[in-house]
Amino acid sequence: MDLNDTPEQATYRRRIRDWLDGHRAHAPAVVGSVEDAAYLSARRAWQRELAQGGLAGVTWPAEHGGSGLGPIEQVIVDQEIGAAEVPGVLDGIGVGLMGPCLIAHGTEEQKHRHLGPLLHGDEVWCQLFSEPSAGSDLAAVQSRAVLQDDGTWKLDGQKVWTTNGHFAAFGMMLARTDADVPKHKGLTMFIVPMDAEGITIRGLRQIHGEAEFNEVFFDDVVLPSDAVVGGVGNGWGVALTVLMFERFTIGLGGEALGFKAERFARAVASAPSSTHTDAVLERLGDLATDLLAVRFTGFRMLTSLAQGQIPGPEAGLAKVTTVNAAIAAGELIADVHGPAVLDPENEFGYMISFLPGLKSAGGTEAILRNTVGERVLGLPTEPRLDKGIPFRELKSREREAMA
Amino acid sequence: MNLALSDEQEFLKEAAQGALARVATMEAARAAIEDESQRPDLWPLAVGAGWPGLVIAEQRGGAGLGIFEALLIAEETGRALAGVPLLGLLPATLVLDAARDETCEAVASGERRPVHVPARPAARATDEAWSVDAVTGGGRGPALRARVSGGTAVVSGAAGHVVDAPGADLLTAVAVSESGVPICVVIEAAAEGVLVTPVRSYDATRSLAHVNLDDAPARVLPVDETVMARAWYFAQALIAAESLGAVQPCLDMSVAYAQERFTFGRPIGSYQSIKHEIVEILRLMDNARSLQYFAGWSGESAPEEFALAASAARSGAGRALAFASRALINVHGGIGATWEHDAPLFFRRAQVSSRLVGGTHDASSRVACELLASAGTP
Repeated sequence: MDLNDTPEQATYRRRIRDWLDGHRAHAPAVVGSVEDAAYLSARRAWQRELAQGGLAGVTWPAEHGGSGLGPIEQVIVDQEIGAAEVPGVLDGIGVGLMGPCLIAHGTEEQKHRHLGPLLHGDEVWCQLFSEPSAGSDLAAVQSRAVLQDDGTWKLDGQKVWTTNGHFAAFGMMLARTDADVPKHKGLTMFIVPMDAEGITIRGLRQIHGEAEFNEVFFDDVVLPSDAVVGGVGNGWGVALTVLMFERFTIGLGGEALGFKAERFARAVASAPSSTHTDAVLERLGDLATDLLAVRFTGFRMLTSLAQGQIPGPEAGLAKVTTVNAAIAAGELIADVHGPAVLDPENEFGYMISFLPGLKSAGGTEAILRNTVGERVLGLPTEPRLDKGIPFRELKSREREAMA
Repeated sequence: MNLALSDEQEFLKEAAQGALARVATMEAARAAIEDESQRPDLWPLAVGAGWPGLVIAEQRGGAGLGIFEALLIAEETGRALAGVPLLGLLPATLVLDAARDETCEAVASGERRPVHVPARPAARATDEAWSVDAVTGGGRGPALRARVSGGTAVVSGAAGHVVDAPGADLLTAVAVSESGVPICVVIEAAAEGVLVTPVRSYDATRSLAHVNLDDAPARVLPVDETVMARAWYFAQALIAAESLGAVQPCLDMSVAYAQERFTFGRPIGSYQSIKHEIVEILRLMDNARSLQYFAGWSGESAPEEFALAASAARSGAGRALAFASRALINVHGGIGATWEHDAPLFFRRAQVSSRLVGGTHDASSRVACELLASAGTP
């Protein structure tokens, strides 16, 4: 058992560190608002520089502009970027999820057209999956794309939780193309230019008052026939690829979000020592224990990845642990520092407001526990009322049940 | 980075499973509840497997293995609820080996069985002193006291619920000298002034005793305070590994029952309330396993983090077993709370483990103390 770099990894780390030493002067601040055009353009330029240095798309194949390396090298790059206190790529969703999805399912033309500008930050991507009535039950999406006589598609519907939607150039959209087959079968994935006519984007204000997410409305949006990714009717399979990459990102991503035992301990330490009661110590100990566990769960996951295994749904449990431990940390820090902490301008006040939503990001905790129970432990599935039923009929049954 | 077990570690684990499979440990655990004299003596099994010498250096007759390997074995004995006296033994062998003590060979060969009287080190960043588990009540008791003269000392004081103490040949302990300095000692259990009083344990697979010392003659072991603290944290990591091991059968039995038991025409595992409770066992178990890696890794490669890691492992595994032993009963319904089922054996193990060697809650607080000390403020 060894947490150290192999000689090859150490050489790679040195190369990344040297590159960052030479370029960090060009980097914008880590924290800034993407509403600010100047900051946004500085972040685009920085992503371009990272890509040119081989620090973006580490796991992408070389033929698509990546470095063709493994998840361990990705972690090394993330660690060094964190240590250098510079921002990473602006478009984490594009580089982490949508690019790999295009690489896996896109046509040669799509890859050639999109991957370069995506990787270099010239064109940011967003994910158009969730809808107001399709989140955990993602295959229930109702946005529909109808094939026109001229071979184009006409798109109508609404998406939600669209991170970066207001400055994205393209979106990866899951839409229903056939309502007469069961719900998983009638879906297709599309590339949508976000400046197309008929698209309306509206910020969705969260508890802390900022709008990180958007709602996106589609009203008779016309898409060309070559907008389809992975074939008509194969949308669910394409979406699963994305969800798998997402699971990996979220499972390991807690520390990148700053949910670290040491940071929370520093916050408690800075409160008056009269607040350090036995009860406070035990609460801190419990949540710190959970976060330390997740750190080593990440190392275990990297070990399996390096051995060629694919992370299973149990990676989602690391997310459950992380979010709940961070929630407990927020409660504790507010208790020892008092109500002033709740100001969203305060780093922990912001976190406290941010976490209730994060709990459902990438699937609610309840649906994650269902998935793990069924896929990992082999527990029996809940009886389902939607199996094998054409989507159209399912919807009319729902309407009847409500009436 | 590589957290995979080496071939040797896999072999050690399989050998432990093989050795334990030859003993009907569950039946023995059940029989011992009714009659403690039915508790099988698993010391010969431990000796046959080479466990007494596990962390003793090869030149002193041991196997020269590390904390990580010890935890792998403790996980297996925990899984089988086997009353193998590792928890008292291994921290004792750690201090004897660090002192290059003359008893090492006899201990490694199984001829003499030592047991460590756990003493909790002073917390960093507070002025708390060394302490032992109290004889009465669930709190801390004062550390043993020593009057030192050269290489020998006389030791007095009492420690409660010392694991594996009944029948031990040697006691290792930490005692505070008249000048307030902690020293490490080894005491012949048969010596005058040593009283080892067996205590009936709710978990019949655990052998416990109160240890009373009244001017007991002792030899001072030439080890520094770091080693004495390491013995405490080693015990924390070991009880964590035993607990983690015991969680797995709780999970397996819960899953199996939830698949085969039907109510209202459905297997009960299809209900979210049951499913989620079982998944919670898996979540806590997975966290505890990660923390065992942290403890095992730091024990070898990052000794400055061992106090944090071992305390976190104890906290995580203790909570996992406490939850799992109750969930196992909940999933089974009333039958799980009867002797018709093995669930009570795991419940008893969890209840007692939570309170030994400082207790689970104390370990959580110690995690906080370690982190606050590193953060630079008391």
